[in-house]
Amino acid sequence: MKPRHRKLTIIIMSVAALGLATTLVLDAFQSNLVFFFSPSQVAANEAPKGKSFRIGGLVKEGSVKRESDGVTVNFVVTDTAKVIPVVYTGILPDLFKEGKGVVAQGKLSSDGIFRADEVLAKHDENYMPPEAADALEQAKKSQKTVMTD
Amino acid sequence: MAINWFKYSSPASFYSLAGKMIPLFSIISIVLFVLGLYTGFFVAPTDFQQSEAYRIIFIHVPAAWMSMFLYLIMAGWAAIGLAFNTRLSSMIATAIAPTGAMFTFLALWTGALWGKPMWGTWWVWDARLTSELILLFLYIGFMALQAAIDDPRRADKAGAVIAIVGVVNIPIIYFSVKWWNTLHQGATVSLTQSPKMATTMLTGMLIMSLACWMYSIAVILMRTRTIILERERNTMWVSDLQGAA
Repeated sequence: MKPRHRKLTIIIMSVAALGLATTLVLDAFQSNLVFFFSPSQVAANEAPKGKSFRIGGLVKEGSVKRESDGVTVNFVVTDTAKVIPVVYTGILPDLFKEGKGVVAQGKLSSDGIFRADEVLAKHDENYMPPEAADALEQAKKSQKTVMTD
Repeated sequence: MAINWFKYSSPASFYSLAGKMIPLFSIISIVLFVLGLYTGFFVAPTDFQQSEAYRIIFIHVPAAWMSMFLYLIMAGWAAIGLAFNTRLSSMIATAIAPTGAMFTFLALWTGALWGKPMWGTWWVWDARLTSELILLFLYIGFMALQAAIDDPRRADKAGAVIAIVGVVNIPIIYFSVKWWNTLHQGATVSLTQSPKMATTMLTGMLIMSLACWMYSIAVILMRTRTIILERERNTMWVSDLQGAA
């Protein structure tokens, strides 16, 4: 083996070893790299107790209610399996909408209500003109009526 | 006719070849930038949920793509330089770093400007944003380490080690949105699935990416030429060049 080929082999081997080491480390830290917990994870007691953490999911349709002070909002976060009621006082991001993604940071109180001190909107990776979105919505609706008929 | 490619691994012949290629890549880049920005701002439709604010995507995504591509290319040249002891490869790696760092910064900056109105925050420590920030530190670390060592050949070798080690971060950035819960949404455009965006939007984004590629090639060639001149300043061909000018 020529010296330069030996060198190249050493480089490739060390990158492979490093990659493997990183994979193992990331795998070990899996639970700490989670940005938010889903309602199902919270129900399964996977979220930290007594500490501030984030929950993520969709804002349940028809669940957003503003209190009379105008800045306190109640809504329900769902992952379609489990739900968590959330109360938040403050300004909501523009993309906060029923049926859309949301990430809230706060604490779970003993009555099961999540008291958020920060609410962020999580949007999806789809980009299209409004007409196309309307058309998709219509198609979904007509499909539903066909199924229920 | 067989082209002797190894001829261009000599800094002297690469210097003149690069000089001829720079104007070509610069012109293509300018044309594509004009075309891409026009498509992005005037042809592409309004988005259904983010309305006009999504248009920052035409800078943000190409910059983020370039930040990752350029790192891989930089590490590749650095590894070749380390393994085969070729001077030019290491010079190209050194020349790529500032452009890569610029695109990384641009991706983070435009992302922050986009995040504030859409997500409601400039910055979060989720896996995608954090790993991209680490990429910026890797570029800066590579440049700082090379600048700290006086002997250029030793600087090349030390830099190559950092560059190669940092490669593990690239798949982490790319797959972070798939592997973990992140605030950043998943990939809109990928090799395995059809793109999740309107065709004119996609066209604008791809033209902008190509423009960024052409820009990067032109700037990296310019910087490589400067590095060649600096390192070969005591050679005959550089003094000949000065005599001719």
